[in-house]
Amino acid sequence: MSDASLNAPRPKSSLLTLNARTKKRNAAEKRFKAYGITAIAIGVFFLAVLAFSIIRSGLPAFTNVVISVDFTLSQDEFDAAEKELFKTKAYQGLFNAAVKQTVADNQIDVAFEDDAIERIMGKTGGIIREHYRANPDDLGKPVAFELPVASRVDGYINGRVTRDTVQDSRFLMLTDLDLVDGLQEAGVIRNAFNWNFITGADSGVDNPGGAGIGASVVGSFFMMLVVLFLSLPIGVAASIYLEEFAPQNRFTDLIEVNISNLAAVPSIVFGILGLAVFIQFMHLPQSAPLVGGLVLTLMTLPTIIISTRASLKSVPPSIRDAALGVGASKMQAVFHHVLPLAMPGILTGTIIGLAQALGETAPLLLIGMVGFVARGYPDGFIAGFTEANSAMPAQIYTWAARADVSFYEKAWGGIIILLIFLLTMNIIAIILRRRFERRW
Amino acid sequence: MNDMRTVERAVDDKTLKITAKAVQVHYGETHAIKDVSVDIPDKTVTAFIGPSGCGKSTFLRCLNRMNDTIDICRVSGEILLDGENIYDPKVDPVQLRAKVGMVFQKPNPFPKSIYDNVAYGPRIHGLAKNKAELDEIVEKSLRRGAIWDEVKDRLDAPGTGLSGGQQQRLCIARAVATEPEVLLMDEPCSALDPIATAQVEELIDDLRSRFSVVIVTHSMQQAARVSQKTAFFHLGNLVEVGETNQIFTNPIDPRTESYITGRIG
Repeated sequence: MSDASLNAPRPKSSLLTLNARTKKRNAAEKRFKAYGITAIAIGVFFLAVLAFSIIRSGLPAFTNVVISVDFTLSQDEFDAAEKELFKTKAYQGLFNAAVKQTVADNQIDVAFEDDAIERIMGKTGGIIREHYRANPDDLGKPVAFELPVASRVDGYINGRVTRDTVQDSRFLMLTDLDLVDGLQEAGVIRNAFNWNFITGADSGVDNPGGAGIGASVVGSFFMMLVVLFLSLPIGVAASIYLEEFAPQNRFTDLIEVNISNLAAVPSIVFGILGLAVFIQFMHLPQSAPLVGGLVLTLMTLPTIIISTRASLKSVPPSIRDAALGVGASKMQAVFHHVLPLAMPGILTGTIIGLAQALGETAPLLLIGMVGFVARGYPDGFIAGFTEANSAMPAQIYTWAARADVSFYEKAWGGIIILLIFLLTMNIIAIILRRRFERRW
Repeated sequence: MNDMRTVERAVDDKTLKITAKAVQVHYGETHAIKDVSVDIPDKTVTAFIGPSGCGKSTFLRCLNRMNDTIDICRVSGEILLDGENIYDPKVDPVQLRAKVGMVFQKPNPFPKSIYDNVAYGPRIHGLAKNKAELDEIVEKSLRRGAIWDEVKDRLDAPGTGLSGGQQQRLCIARAVATEPEVLLMDEPCSALDPIATAQVEELIDDLRSRFSVVIVTHSMQQAARVSQKTAFFHLGNLVEVGETNQIFTNPIDPRTESYITGRIG
């Protein structure tokens, strides 16, 4: 080799000083890191704001204000009340007396009239009568009643209603609040955990205090059962066939493109499809979790197929070769070796698909799961699929659309419950992935 | 030390195991194997040598129909195993592969225990009636794979936890566990260090007593060390086939000579 430049003297440079090019590179790297940190910080900030506002607005839904009163009803009083024309009014009178006694016992020095008690507690006679008719053994014994207070008093304790905003009406007088303050100081009125919100069913528009999300949790659960038992086997079988067995030709290419497209179809389209096919054509019951589940299955299938195919693809071909090389059939190679290795990915994809389906509202609007208000639990396991019910996101939507401010906090509380379910599902996905992950 | 020295033993069994007649392989538009005819004798190590991309691995994969798994691959011609055409429509490739085992370039144990790796073939072919018989097959195969002493105390350990050379010997043990008649090896030592290579080569020589071994290798020295017969492939053609001794010392075709002396490749 006779390159003249080889003999030219090298420019002298020291490793201890940075040259201009290196400085520029380092600056660019620093800037890039700064952008990254800023982006993450903004993300974390908005997440924190979201979590804070959800929790702040939703937590009141989990508590309700109750008044505790010891009350004893004798057999004679019971018999007398049952003979009255207005039976609940008779019970009401007896109970109001007990409340007055409670006020006196706690030495609350506030003047009040009988009507004030009814304004604070609502009409309690019906509840009392129901209790004794259901539990006749309690007659003659002291029973500690914990009854929810009226919606406006609840608002006053929780700060939604203040003395400045209260206008005297037949629902609440300003003077009643003195009694409420006194009872609260004495501990007779207090905030208690509202189990009814978690276990109960929805109430009418006039009774936000009694509304619970329990029935729609059950509705969502039955829908998820349908989705899981339909979309997992169908989706996994379809992906295995497409990925491992199907010949590569125009037709399978077309199917693949369509599956990818289906994953991007707006969910409301699936809703209208479900309405047309399942309800109008097949005459399945309206508002039933079965129909909801079928619609959500259609929506979840592409997600499951895409993630299953991706995880089947990620299994190294050498494993298939190894199995075929010892004389396994294609099916044995897939089911003995490829599928177990792809399992963590398949399960993660399935659970993410289910979580997506759990939070979906739009298709439920069209098959009537929103118009229906679930006032009770299904009668049995089979009825759980076919009886009209609501679902969590649909219930939240219904509450958010109601006029009474108290339903607003119920909607936020429902969102907390929904998020807890989603988080649990994601944690299960992570645990399954860790458990089944194998290295090769 | 002369690395080109060849195994002294002559080919002692002249019965033919595999006969290929006018085999053509196309990958889509590419003509990968052009009219190859070759005889592979029983109980012999036959080496396929040649430069990269010459079709030696492709031809090897034709011998147990592993090319069937590639959609665009088309094979024509005849390959006879004990006189039966393996590309006959009546032949099920699964049955064929039980007779013609294969060891791959990269060690590819299943991500299961050492025991399960070896036991998988016998299990799916129903070679063992009970656990004791299966244990026996596993031990015998691991012994034939010259790895028994190293793993006998940890048969439950994952096969993927072994070293590269051990993994490859495990794969050989797995291949012989189904009692094949022919063992195909696709560059079995290319991912191994010299010590592991020496162990595997020694093993190949032992396997010759029971199986007909066909080995594809990049290394001419390896072909010279382990094989009795050598076939030289170039650009999809089978250029020359003969006794290893003769190929390395007295090649007939000028292309063979050029390759062996390092001028083409």
